Amino acid sequence: MALLYVLPALLPYTLFAVLPALHTAYLSLFDWDGVTLPSFTGLDNYRRVATDPQLRAAAWHAGALIVFFSVLPIALGLVSAALVARRSGRRGTSLIRTLLFLPQVVPLVAVAVIWRWVYAEDGTLNQALRAIGLGRLTDAWLGSFTWALPAVGLIGTWVVAGLCMVLFLSGTQRIDQEIYEAARMDGAGPLREFWSVTVPLLRPEMAVALSITVIAALSSFDLIYITTGGGPGNTTVVPGILIYRLAFGGGAVGLAGALAVVLTAVISVAVVVINRLAKDPS
Amino acid sequence: MTARQQRGLAGPVVLTVFGAAVLVPFLSLLLASLQPAGTPLTGLAWPDGVHLENFVHAWSAAGFGPLLRSSTVIALAVVPAAVVCATLAGYALATMDVPGGGKLYGYLLLGLSIPTEVTVIPLYYDLRALGLTNTVPGLALAEIAAFMPFGVFWMRAHFATVPRSLIEAARLDGASSWTTLWRVLMPSSRPAVTTLGVLYFVWSWNQFLLPLILIQDPSKRTAPAGLGFFTGQYDVDVPLLAAATLIVIAPVVAVYLFFQRHFINGVLSGALKG
Repeated sequence: MALLYVLPALLPYTLFAVLPALHTAYLSLFDWDGVTLPSFTGLDNYRRVATDPQLRAAAWHAGALIVFFSVLPIALGLVSAALVARRSGRRGTSLIRTLLFLPQVVPLVAVAVIWRWVYAEDGTLNQALRAIGLGRLTDAWLGSFTWALPAVGLIGTWVVAGLCMVLFLSGTQRIDQEIYEAARMDGAGPLREFWSVTVPLLRPEMAVALSITVIAALSSFDLIYITTGGGPGNTTVVPGILIYRLAFGGGAVGLAGALAVVLTAVISVAVVVINRLAKDPS
Repeated sequence: MTARQQRGLAGPVVLTVFGAAVLVPFLSLLLASLQPAGTPLTGLAWPDGVHLENFVHAWSAAGFGPLLRSSTVIALAVVPAAVVCATLAGYALATMDVPGGGKLYGYLLLGLSIPTEVTVIPLYYDLRALGLTNTVPGLALAEIAAFMPFGVFWMRAHFATVPRSLIEAARLDGASSWTTLWRVLMPSSRPAVTTLGVLYFVWSWNQFLLPLILIQDPSKRTAPAGLGFFTGQYDVDVPLLAAATLIVIAPVVAVYLFFQRHFINGVLSGALKG
């Protein structure tokens, strides 16, 4: 009886999420172009995932994106939350909160279009550089072998920094102002207070921010598909882009499947590790 | 100014800087959309008058009117169905003795770390074999499946906060579990359900990879997927592209501004309860 209530959720989830994921794992054992008969190749595709230079590059880029999607926004969020939390009154933050959350709401395709314009040769960034006399630094950012990856990464920073900040701000409201008062009475300066009060007490929020942003970095697709498509060359190729290319154009469905399985495994392990770290007080 | 006052100023200054950093890219998009069509632009520039023809052009000639309609149809198919399924499951898992309930719940939560990349390949081939690619039900089922883990988690957490005595009193009055849910619990569950509905709407509207692959027919694409294709075609005409982008984000931004408390609290507490 009670099971009947769970069934409407279980059924679509099993049929259209779990079974497809398992089907991908099955396909990853075959060499298949999507049209002709697949041939069983065992773990060959996984061997290629581990050795193919292009696939390795994608893994490196995903790692680099973690710096931009996770490390940088969390650092920015922590510092700014600490600065704001030192104020006793927090009036006027509600409007800013609405604004800071806006990048979370807009489709990433639109975010990508907006930033293509910011980074364009005649775009807002180059205009600003020229305006402050740094015209020689201008570049076609998304077309540059050096700058495309950091440029795309910084879009990710822009998208999630507000989320991290609002998350940490709501966390600091949980922290008793008396703890800050006590720290100040003990003569703790702003730095000391940051490292020994704000950071340790925001541990749960940091774990949440880390899980959300690491998943976003590792499984990123929309932003890169629209801004650079993985280019120039392969400088911004990430797993999501390669899976798409290999499966829906490259005629290597099995290899794409193997990459997707490895990606899922890495994400799951990352989530488990982050949650362990958050719960373990040592 | 004393050191203490200086520190007090740091907060507002930081917030303003962050707010401006968010706002400037949106502002440059808005200004670009008001420029005369086809003009070469440079960064942030004040338009010489308001040129709304870009919006008209994007809506009709560039086909964003129909694109918005398909996105709306998908959202209307996904949001109510997904909210009802998640509510029923969350209710049962929180208040009843479901056989194997703990394991079922764990099985559902696994879905939180399944990326779309790992489901989309077989979804394409299997739905195509069933004749469900290029259809509303095909894409809607894929989205409902992807959204289910969070919804069950969210509604279960909500129903776990309902006092047991309330449910027991309803049972003593002879109410079935079905009546208890709809008559006794639903009225006070409206905030939790609204929040879930708002989150589902935003996710459904913004979903890109699934419609990109499952809808190949240009006339049935969703708005973000259409914008993706449009970007490739109209690389040069920035005012038109900017207007199209604003049209695509307008509905979701409107829903967000109207339900902002629900959305922000949903994301924050949804994340923290995990």
